[in-house]
Amino acid sequence: MALIGAPTIGLLLFYVWPFVNLIVEAVDIESTRETLGRERTRSIIWFTTWQAVASTLSTLVVGLAPAWVIARFEFTGRRFLSSLLTAVFVLPTVVMGAAFLALLPDSLDRTVWGVIGAHVVFNLAVVVRTVGAVWEHLPTDMEAAASTLGASPFVVFKEITLPLIRPALTAAAAIVFLFTFTSFGVIRVLGAPGTRTIEVEVWRRATQLGQVDQAAVLALLQLGVLAAVAVWSSVAARRHSRALELRPLSRPQRPRTKAERRAIPLIAGVTAVVAVAPLAALVISSVSSPTGWTLSGWTGLDSAEIRPGINVGVDPVAALTNSVQTAAWATAFATIIGGLASLGIAAAGRAGRVLDAGLMLPVGTSAVTVGFGMLITFDRSPFDWRATWWIVPVGHALVAVPFVVRTTLSVLRSVDNDLSAAAATLGASPTRAWREVVVPHLWRPLAVGSALAAAISLGEFGATSFLSRSGGETLPIAIEQLLGRTGSLLQTKGYALSVVLAAVTIALVMVVDRTGDVAGARRREGNDGRR
Amino acid sequence: MAGADVAAENISVGFDGTPVLRSVSLLAASGEVVALLGASGSGKSTLLRVIAGLVTQDAGRVTIGGRDVTAVPTHRRKVGMVFQDNQLFPHRTTFENVEFGLKLAGVDRARRRTQAAHWLERVGLEGFGPRRVTELSGGEAKRVALARTLAVEPPVVLLDEPLTGLDRELHDQLVIELDELLHETASTAILVTHDVAEANALADRTLRLDELHGP
Repeated sequence: MALIGAPTIGLLLFYVWPFVNLIVEAVDIESTRETLGRERTRSIIWFTTWQAVASTLSTLVVGLAPAWVIARFEFTGRRFLSSLLTAVFVLPTVVMGAAFLALLPDSLDRTVWGVIGAHVVFNLAVVVRTVGAVWEHLPTDMEAAASTLGASPFVVFKEITLPLIRPALTAAAAIVFLFTFTSFGVIRVLGAPGTRTIEVEVWRRATQLGQVDQAAVLALLQLGVLAAVAVWSSVAARRHSRALELRPLSRPQRPRTKAERRAIPLIAGVTAVVAVAPLAALVISSVSSPTGWTLSGWTGLDSAEIRPGINVGVDPVAALTNSVQTAAWATAFATIIGGLASLGIAAAGRAGRVLDAGLMLPVGTSAVTVGFGMLITFDRSPFDWRATWWIVPVGHALVAVPFVVRTTLSVLRSVDNDLSAAAATLGASPTRAWREVVVPHLWRPLAVGSALAAAISLGEFGATSFLSRSGGETLPIAIEQLLGRTGSLLQTKGYALSVVLAAVTIALVMVVDRTGDVAGARRREGNDGRR
Repeated sequence: MAGADVAAENISVGFDGTPVLRSVSLLAASGEVVALLGASGSGKSTLLRVIAGLVTQDAGRVTIGGRDVTAVPTHRRKVGMVFQDNQLFPHRTTFENVEFGLKLAGVDRARRRTQAAHWLERVGLEGFGPRRVTELSGGEAKRVALARTLAVEPPVVLLDEPLTGLDRELHDQLVIELDELLHETASTAILVTHDVAEANALADRTLRLDELHGP
C-alpha cells in the first residue's frame, strides 16, 4: 500500500488538484463566451487544426517510402538510418525549431511552411517505426500471391499492402496529429503572430497578457480535442485490427531487381539527407556570423554580456548549470516515484491499474497544461511554492514518471512468477524471495528510465515556460530567448547552446536504445520459451 | 484456357554471392503435370519463383507458350501460384479471395459471382463465401488457395510445396483432390515437393532438381 501511496499523493497534489483548479477557472460562462467569441480565438483554432492535419498527412506521405525501405531491405547503413531518425525524433522541440531556423532561408523563417517542414522531419520516426513494425511482419509472399493473380505493383499496394498496414498508419497518424496539434517549442522558435497554436496561445494569454481565464478555456478546449482523437484512434484500431498472424520476421532482403537497386539507395540517401540537414545547419550556424566563420558563439558562452557592460539578461552557462541541477532532481524524483509506482502497480490489482492510467495522464494532457495548472494553483499561502527550487523539477518529473513506469513495469511483468514460487519452495520468505528474485532485475530498467527522465527534463519547455523564474532559466528557455533576439552574436550563442543540448539528448537516448534492446531481447526470449 | 508449355533455360541465381541455381533447365509440355523433387534448400522453390517472375535470374531465360517472358513482370505472365502457407488475404472474405484474380482480369460482377461460387463448390466449400479466411481450418484454407489460383484458369500453375505441413489424413485426402483438379484443368502444372510418394501420385513426370543442373 505504501508503494502505491506515495505516487498517488504526488499525482493528486501536483497533477489532479492543479487540473481541477484549471477546470474551475475555465468553467465560467462569461469567459467561455468571451474567449470563443473572439475572432482571434477562432483563427487560432483553425490554424492549429489545419497545420496539424497538413503536418500529419505530409509526414505519412514522406515517411512511407523510408518505412518500406527499412522494413523490407537490407543495405549498408540500414541500422544507422533508423537510429538517425530516432535521434531526430528525441530532440527537444526548441532544438528542432532552432535547427529549422538555421536551415531555412530567411524568406521561409517564421512561416507556416517552416513549421510544417520541422514537424515532418521531427515525426518521420513515428511513421517509420510504427508502420515499419507491421510492414516487417507482412509476408512478401502475400504480395507475390496477388501479383501472380494479375495485380500490378500499384494494385498490390492499394489492395493488399495498404489495407494491411492501415491500422499502423492510423496509429501513426493519431500520434503525429497529437504531437503537432499541441506543438509548442517548435512554434515558439519558428512561429510568428499568424502561426500560433492553441498551446502557444494558452501560454501567451496566461503569462504575457494575464488573461488566465481565457487561457484556461483554451487549454480545456484543446484537451477535448485530444481526448476525441485518442478515442477515435482506439476505436479505429479496434475496427481495423484483424488477426494478422504475426509471423516471424521475413528477413530484410538485399535489393535484387534493377528498379530496387536504384530506388533503395535513393530513398535511403534522401531520407538521411533530410534528417541530417537540420542538425548540420545547426552546427554550421553555431560557428558562423554574417561576416564569416567565428567561434565567438562558443567562446562567449560564459558571459551574459554582448558588449562590455551591456547585459541582455540571458546567461548561457548559468542556464546550463540550472538545467543540469534541474535534470538531476527531476531524474531523482521520477526514478524514485516511478520505481515505487511500478512495484505497487505490479503488486496491486485494480488499484494498480488506476494508478498506472493516472500516471499516464500528464503526458496525454500536454506539458503546457501541466505547467499552467501548477502556476495557478501554487500561488497562495500555504501552497505558495512557485519560488521554490523544486517546483520545476517536480513539473518535469510528472512528465517523466510514465516513461520510468513503462520501462520498469515491462521488465517486472516478464519476471516469471514461477521463479518466486521456486524460491519459496526453497524456504525463502515472501520478502526474501522478492529481494532475491525481483530486485536484481530492477536496476537495468531503472537506469534506462532515469536516462529517459534526464533527457526529458533537459529538453522540457512547455511546463518550464510557466514555472521557471527570471535567473532560473533552463537551456531550452535560454535558447528560445537568445534566438528570439536580434543580433548575430546572440543568435550564434543560441545555436551553440542548441548543439550542446542536442548532443547530450542524443547521447542519453542512444544509451537507452542500446540497453533497451538488451531488455527487449530478453523479453522475446522469455516469450519464445513459453510458447 | 489451354495450357502453355514452359521452358526455363540455363537459369542461374545467386543470393548475396552464394549460387543457388547453376544453369538449370526445365521443360514442361502443355497440359503436363510435372513434379520437381529436391531436398529443402536445394533451390527448387527459387526455380518456381524465377518462372513466376518473383525472383530475377542472373542468367538464362524463361519462355511460356513460346514467348520469352524474361522481361515480363509477374502480373502479366499469366502464371498462377499456390504457396505453401496459402497467403490468403486476411482482410478479405473467402469469396473475395477467390474472385480477386477475376476482378483484376476485368470479369464483370455477375460472372465473378457465379465463377467464384463454382470454384468454391468444386473444392468442396460450397457456402463458405462469406467466411473470414482467418477462421478457416488448415484444409479449408488450402482449398481456398487452390480455388483462388485456378479460378482465373491460368495457362500455367505453379505449386510450391502445396501439401507440406498438413496432417497425414488431410494430406492423403488432398492428394486425391489435387490430382483430380490438376488433371481436369488444361493448365500446365509444375509442382515442387520433397515427398517422393506425393510426386508420384500427382505428376505425369517427376524430375530431380540435381539432375537439371547444367554442365
